[in-house]
Parts: sequence; structure tokens; C-alpha cells
Amino acid sequence: MATAANKSTAPAQHDVDLLIEEYGYDDHFHEHHEGDKYQSNFFTTYIFSQDHKMIARQFLITGMFWAVIGGLMSLVFRLQLGFPEESLAWLKPVLGKWITINADTGLGTLAPEFYYALVTMHGTIIVFFVLTAGLSGTFSNLLIPLQVGARDMASPFLNMLSYWFFFMAGLVMFFSLFLSTGPFAGGWTAYPPLSALPQASSGSAGGMTLWLISLTFFVVSVLLGGVNYITTVLNLRTKGMNMWRLPLTIWAFFVTAVLGLLSFPVLVSGFFLLIFDRTLGTSFFLNEIFVGGQALDHVGGSPILYQHLFWFLGHPEVYIIILPAMGIVSEVLSVHSRKPIFGYKAMVFSILAIGFLSFIVWAHHMFMSGVNPFISNFFVVFTLIIAVPSAVKVFNWITTIYGGNIRFTSAALFGVGFVSMFISGGLTGIFLGNSAIDIQMHDTYFVVAHFHIVMGVAAFFGMFAGVYHWFPKMFGRFMNETMGKVHFWGTMIGAYAIFWPMHYLGMAGVPRRYYRFDNFDTFSHFSAMNQFITVAAILVFAMQIIFIVNFFRSIWFGKKMTSRNPYGANTLEWTTPIDVPHGNWPGKIPAVQRWAYDYGKGGEENVSQIVPLAEGEHDQGH
Amino acid sequence: MTTLLAIACILLITVVVVQIGKVTELATKLRGEEEAEQISNKRTGSFLLVFVFAFLVFCVGSAIYYKNWMLGYGPHEAASAHGSRLDSLFNVTLFFTGIVFVITQILLFYFAYKFRGEKGRKALYIPHDNRLEVIWTVVPAVVMTFLVISGLDAWNEVMADIQEGEEYVEIEATGYQFAWHLRYPGPDGKLGTRNFKLINAANPLGQDWTDEKNWDDLHPSEIVLPVGKKVRVRITARDVLHNFFLPHFRLKMDAVPGMPTYFVFTPSKTTEDYRRELSKYKEYQALSDPADPNSEPLWKVFNYELACAELCGKGHYSMRRVVRIVSEEEYTKWLSEQKPYYMTSIRNTIEDPFNGILLPGEAAETAPDTSKTTPQ
Repeated sequence: MATAANKSTAPAQHDVDLLIEEYGYDDHFHEHHEGDKYQSNFFTTYIFSQDHKMIARQFLITGMFWAVIGGLMSLVFRLQLGFPEESLAWLKPVLGKWITINADTGLGTLAPEFYYALVTMHGTIIVFFVLTAGLSGTFSNLLIPLQVGARDMASPFLNMLSYWFFFMAGLVMFFSLFLSTGPFAGGWTAYPPLSALPQASSGSAGGMTLWLISLTFFVVSVLLGGVNYITTVLNLRTKGMNMWRLPLTIWAFFVTAVLGLLSFPVLVSGFFLLIFDRTLGTSFFLNEIFVGGQALDHVGGSPILYQHLFWFLGHPEVYIIILPAMGIVSEVLSVHSRKPIFGYKAMVFSILAIGFLSFIVWAHHMFMSGVNPFISNFFVVFTLIIAVPSAVKVFNWITTIYGGNIRFTSAALFGVGFVSMFISGGLTGIFLGNSAIDIQMHDTYFVVAHFHIVMGVAAFFGMFAGVYHWFPKMFGRFMNETMGKVHFWGTMIGAYAIFWPMHYLGMAGVPRRYYRFDNFDTFSHFSAMNQFITVAAILVFAMQIIFIVNFFRSIWFGKKMTSRNPYGANTLEWTTPIDVPHGNWPGKIPAVQRWAYDYGKGGEENVSQIVPLAEGEHDQGH
Repeated sequence: MTTLLAIACILLITVVVVQIGKVTELATKLRGEEEAEQISNKRTGSFLLVFVFAFLVFCVGSAIYYKNWMLGYGPHEAASAHGSRLDSLFNVTLFFTGIVFVITQILLFYFAYKFRGEKGRKALYIPHDNRLEVIWTVVPAVVMTFLVISGLDAWNEVMADIQEGEEYVEIEATGYQFAWHLRYPGPDGKLGTRNFKLINAANPLGQDWTDEKNWDDLHPSEIVLPVGKKVRVRITARDVLHNFFLPHFRLKMDAVPGMPTYFVFTPSKTTEDYRRELSKYKEYQALSDPADPNSEPLWKVFNYELACAELCGKGHYSMRRVVRIVSEEEYTKWLSEQKPYYMTSIRNTIEDPFNGILLPGEAAETAPDTSKTTPQ
């Protein structure tokens, strides 16, 4: 690895400290922060930290915790789906009453209620806690101040609150797992009336109450974070850092934060109406219901209204998940290919286009929900238009590696894997976005395959690329490359082994969210395939154990970072000292002189953003 | 035991990988970083090339292997008039996306292999090319336009309600936790009115018995429909959301409490026809019950099925009904054998508002007695 930076030291203009000293901006930061009151003791350093780098690490490690929980849940329900006849009695010590043991045969069976609770929690946890907080929370926090050249976030205090609201959301959700009526079990989308009526599902009692409280906390966390990210990007860019000089990571985090800020409040409004229906006897989402032997008093509401409110967030949410991954992958592929990202402006415009379109496609989740079929026409058009900016991004990534000199670090491999997954999962979206085809495919395993590949696996790959790439920035050490490569290949092959066959299940019409398939002749022919998927899922989970071991081992025992710019990257985070202090730069803030992607320009391996333009040199970022 | 063994295996693999990781780190130190990187790049590049080849073979091979089990392929042609249109739309989309899939995956991995890091190679400096950007914006846009137009054309036709003056059979399916309740309109061709407040054990749909359109309504336990005739399914739900899903007919629609939805379709193959199609494929010669050597082959016991496709609670996976498509004559015969629910289960019970009162057209001797009960 440590090649480029070491070699290109000769000219004086490449000495980072001199460049910062000569051109940098002096904000007298260290005069104001004498003694560093923000990091004076253990609590303010590691727990209630206001330093964006520490908060990023908190988000990452909390996200990893939740990823393990969410992953383990999926293993339990995959065992049920792959091996419905095998005994799960050995899980009794953990799952307690949710495993019923047959007195005669000793066979332990997973209770269907709990199967649905696991499916629901798996979705909620992975979508919100891992791929929103763990991905955007981690890397927006780490990279926005470092890459735009800021001392910290615009409001470090709100930033700290953002993490702790996320933490509380997690705590409440965690508690809900231990309720006697079980956690919420009505699917991560929580459609009423099922989610509104404890009579209809035991998880809709206390479990749903905690689910709503937890996610309300979570939305507060997202909003506090989002306000900060947007303000920091707009107001705290260093001298010379105009918008066209921002790395694509920052563009992606910025648009992600805007999407979150506009869409999450709508979700909360839906949640509040649902809370009213559950507790105050209103009828926003309920109408003419007979349940539990009783006709309810609720009349006049519409369950479909909730779906509109939910998906008005729900669809931007998938871009909130995938955009940061796209940004990370753009940066990682460019750095490790030693080439500028191809079509920087096209990449920015496609991020903006995707962000905009994500707000006018939500009803494609509702083609078969009973909305007027005429309405669907608009949503089909806008949905399929998203394929265009997505295609532009894919072609640009492929062209970025074309003609490069690619260093296959684990980060770069996950970058390539991301593009492969994004292609595979994105293309199936073209089937589902077309309402006529969606009639058959809606709520089948085809959908499960589609979104797991395109926003589950792909987003995880983006996250892994980011972790491997910026691990030295976070912990001053490198992760082990061999373990990283084993992790990559196992996950890449395993993830396709899990999700590719699900397309066939979907094409056979097998509905998702089925506890068993043998009630129907049409769906029961795939036991071998379901076993295969389950085994693959276990292997992929085992690969993640390797990642976690590698992660924690490397924090303390990894190879030490010896130069401040090990990858020969251009962006500002690599101009900070190896041990990044509070305030990020010990002296002045570096000033930016050019765009972030001058790799291989004029025969130079790389030209950092802080290197002034030569006379007559054309800069891409203006 | 298997579980313990599996966990032990996973732990062992982890330990091995950690050790290998340590060793290679040491080896890197001995050999020098740069050289180690060269070797690793070379090896990884070839892996990527092998991967894309194996992956594409796996994709195509598995698709061929499962062809006869998937709807729309092999014997599983759509059993409704609109279904084949949706299937061909699927295939057209598969054609275009398949081309893009193969080309982009090959390019991605081949470039990764071709441009793997080598000592002394200089990366090109090409920041952008507007002509290329235009090409790969316009081409997907054109393809999407084509797919949108053909998709919407099909969609609006499939989703259209019955036109005025059209002849059709109307049936009703009501989802509840956890089954479907079916209703046919009876000889008058009209479904009677319902009120959810009237629902009880004897009156599962909350039919208003003072509405005489309800008197002849049938409550069969399976869906039987004539081939080639337009059917309008009125879809309702009693408690939570359900979804009326007929996979073989490419039909799916949510059942929403308090808001009836509908789906119009025309069955195009009888159950017998479909079985005959299946019998031509060897996959369906297998025994339907592998444990019983005397059981019928799979094709012989085939039935169309109705399923629920919207999560509705813990019994969601079990809401099955059989659907039988028969010839017009068989249908008429079956229909004539069905007894109205009101007459068999409600008439002259305490549920009946006309308990003891003669209905128009009812002969006096069928009335039980002359006590003075009045409609409630």
C-alpha cells in the first residue's frame, strides 16, 4: 500500500505541512480551545463525546452490534424456512416460550408468531439501525468535517444528541424483544390495521408501542444528524472548497441528509396518527373492522393512507441507505484505481436526480394495495426514469476502473462487489417498477431478492469498503488484508448464493413472509433450494464473524499507519496527522486549490487538493 | 449435535483465517510491501475473472434447471387471458435487462482483471467524456420509454373494470384471520348488502338478511369458475389487510377492511387442461407423496390455488383455497347443486328476521308454525 505518498516527496510543494502553513486558513481555533475542555476526561472523550470522529466510531460500533443481532435473527428464521422439520429445541434456552417442544417427539418448533416477529425485527433493525445509522451516521460524521476542511460539525452538541437518541431508540427496541407478548410482528412496514390491533396479533400490543417509541427516537436522531450534516457542508467548507470541488462522498452524504430531513417527519406524522388510533380511539387508518369476535367502533379511516405516509419516507429511505454507499464506492474506486472518478459532474447530477425522483415514486410499493389503478401510471413513469441516472452511475464506475492501475485492497474489492450487486439488484427493479409485471411479482421472493441485493448487500458492501478504507483514519492502524479478502470472497459468493435463487422462488409465485411453504402445492417444490439458501446464509454470517474479529483485533494489534497518506489520496482527511487531534488539524485549516480527483494528471501519481494549480493549469472543479 | 458441530466448524474456520492473516502479514514484511502487493493484485485479478465466468454460468445454469417449476415457463403458462400478456412483458424486460446484465458484469470484472495494479503501469487521466455520458443517458432512456409504454398499455387494460353491458360472473372473496370466505350471488346475479356490525358466528360476512338479494347468495368452500368467461372478483377483508393472490392467473389484489377492491380476469384453461400440460413434463411424473408408492403423480393432483400475499398475522401462510376452472356445462351443474346459505343456515333460526314469516314465493307448508314473531 504505502507507495505513492512516500515516493512523491521530492518537490517542496508536496510537503503537506508547508502547504497548509503557507496557504491555509487560520481560524485561531487552538487559542479558543486551550486545554480542550471537550475531551478532558473519560466520559467526555469516549461516552458523551462531541468530537465527530468519536461519534462516528460510536455509530459504527453500535451499528455493528445491531447488524449481529439482525443477522442472527435472519439465521433463526432461515433455519425454519430451510429445515422446517429439524428440531430447534437447542434454541429454547435463548428463545424460551417461543420454541414449543413436542412432548412425544422432543421436536422443538419455532412459534409462527415469533417467526413473524423475527422477520419484522430483522427488517426494522437492518434498515434503520444498521444501514441508516450505522452507514450514513458513521461516515457522514467521520468524513464531512474531515473532507470539507472543518474543525468539527456545525453543532457538536446536537451531533452528540443525535447519537444518544439513536442509542435510546436501540435500547427501547431491545427491550421490546423481551416482552411476554413478543416484539412487534407485523412486518417492518407496520401496516395497520394489523399494527393497530392487539387483537389481531400479539406483537401489536406492547411490542408495537415500543416499536413506535423507538422509531420516533430514531427519527429525532436522524433529524439532528441531518441538520448538522447539511449545515456543515453548506457553511463550514474551507477556503477554496466550492461545491464542485467536494468529493462525491460529501455530495452523497449531503443529498442523503436532505432526503432524511424531508421524509422522516412524514413518517413520524404517520406514526403519531397510528398512536392516536391505538390509544385515543381515533380512526385515521381504521374502518369497518370485525376482529376478535367483535365489531369495532372505528369507521371512516383508510389503511391506505398509512401506506402513503409510510412510503413517502420508505422510498427515499432506500436512497438514504444506498447514496452514502455510492459516494463511498466512488471515492474508493477512484483512489485505488489511481484514476479520477469518471464523469464527476454527471455523478453529481445523477445523485441529485435520484434524490429528487425518490420523492415521487413512493406509490410503486402500493400498486396492488387497492389505490386507483390510474394513479399508478404516474408512479410507473417516474420509477422507471430512475433507471437512467442509476445506469449513468454504473457506466461511470465501470469507466473509472477502465485504464486504471487498480490496487486490490479489500476496500477496492468491496467497491467492485458493490457495483456488481448494484447492477444485479438494480435491473430487477425494472421488472418491479412496471406495475403490470408487479401484479405477479409483488410480495413474492422476487421482491425479497431485489431489495436485499440492491439495498441490503450493496449497501453493506459500500459500508465494508468504507470501513476497510478509512479504518486507518479512525484507529491509526490497518485492518488485516488477508482476512479482508477472505471476508470479501466469502460474502460476495455467499450473498449471491443466498439471493440469486430467490428470484426463481419469486418467479414461481412463492410469497414472502411465509412461515412454511407446504400448505400450498404451488409453493412446496423448493425445499432443496431453501436448504441451500439457509446453508449459504450461515456461511455468510460466519464470514462476518471474520470481519468482526479482524475489526477488533486490528484496533489494537493491526499494522500501524506510518505515513499520513497511505493510499496516496487527494482528499483533505489525509492531510491530518496520523493521530488526528480534536479540531482535526493542529495548526491552520488547509485551503483547497483544486478538485478532489487529480489522479495520474500530468504524469503525477496524485495531486492533493491542497496543492496550488500550476500556471495555466485547468481545474475540473470550478 | 449438528448445530454444535456447525458452530465449532465456524469458530475453527475463523481461527484458521486469523492465523493465515497473521502469517501473511509477517510474510509481507519479509518480502517487502510493494512486491507483496503485486502478487496479491495479480492473484485477485484472476480470481475476479474466474468469478464472473462462474457466476454467469451459475445464473444461466440454475435458470435452465428450474425452468419447469417457474410460472410462465415450461408447463406453467398463464391460465388467464391477461396473464400471458404479463408473462411476455416479463420476458421482454428479461431480454433487455439480461443483455445489460451480462455486458456490464463482464466489463466490470474484465476491466478489474485487465487493469489490475502492476509495477510501472501508469493509469490514464480521463476525467470525463460528454459524448459517452450522452450515449449512456439516451440509450437507457429510450429502452425505458419502450418498457413504460408497453407496461402501461397492458396495465390499464388489465386493471379496467367491467364495461357497461358486458356479461360477467361476479364472485366475492373475503379475507379474515386466517381463511377466505367465498360468496356467489346466486340465481339473481346480485350480491346482497353487508354490514360489518351484523357479523357473528352464524353470519360470517355480516349479510343484511332483510335485503332479499342476500337470500339466494351461496357460500361455497372452493372457487369454481367457467372457462372463457369474464369474472369480476369483489375482494374484501373483515379484520386486517389480506391479499387475494391467484398465482396461476397472474392476479393479485389487496383486501382492505372497509374498502372493497376488485380484479377482473378471464380464466383461459380448465384445471383438466392444465393437468394435461403438466403431464408432458417429467418433473410432474414424480409421486405426489414420496412416502406413498401408490400415490398419484404430481400432475394428476394439481390444483389452482388461492393464497394470501399480504402479511396478516401468525396464520398468514395457511390461507389456502382450491380454485377449479371447469367447462360452462360443469359450472352450471355445480352452481345448481349449491344451496343458498340463507336457506340452509339462517332461515327460521333466531338469526332470521323473517323467522316464521312466509317469504314471497314460499309455500305455506314449508313455514314451521304460525307464532307471532316479527322481523327484528
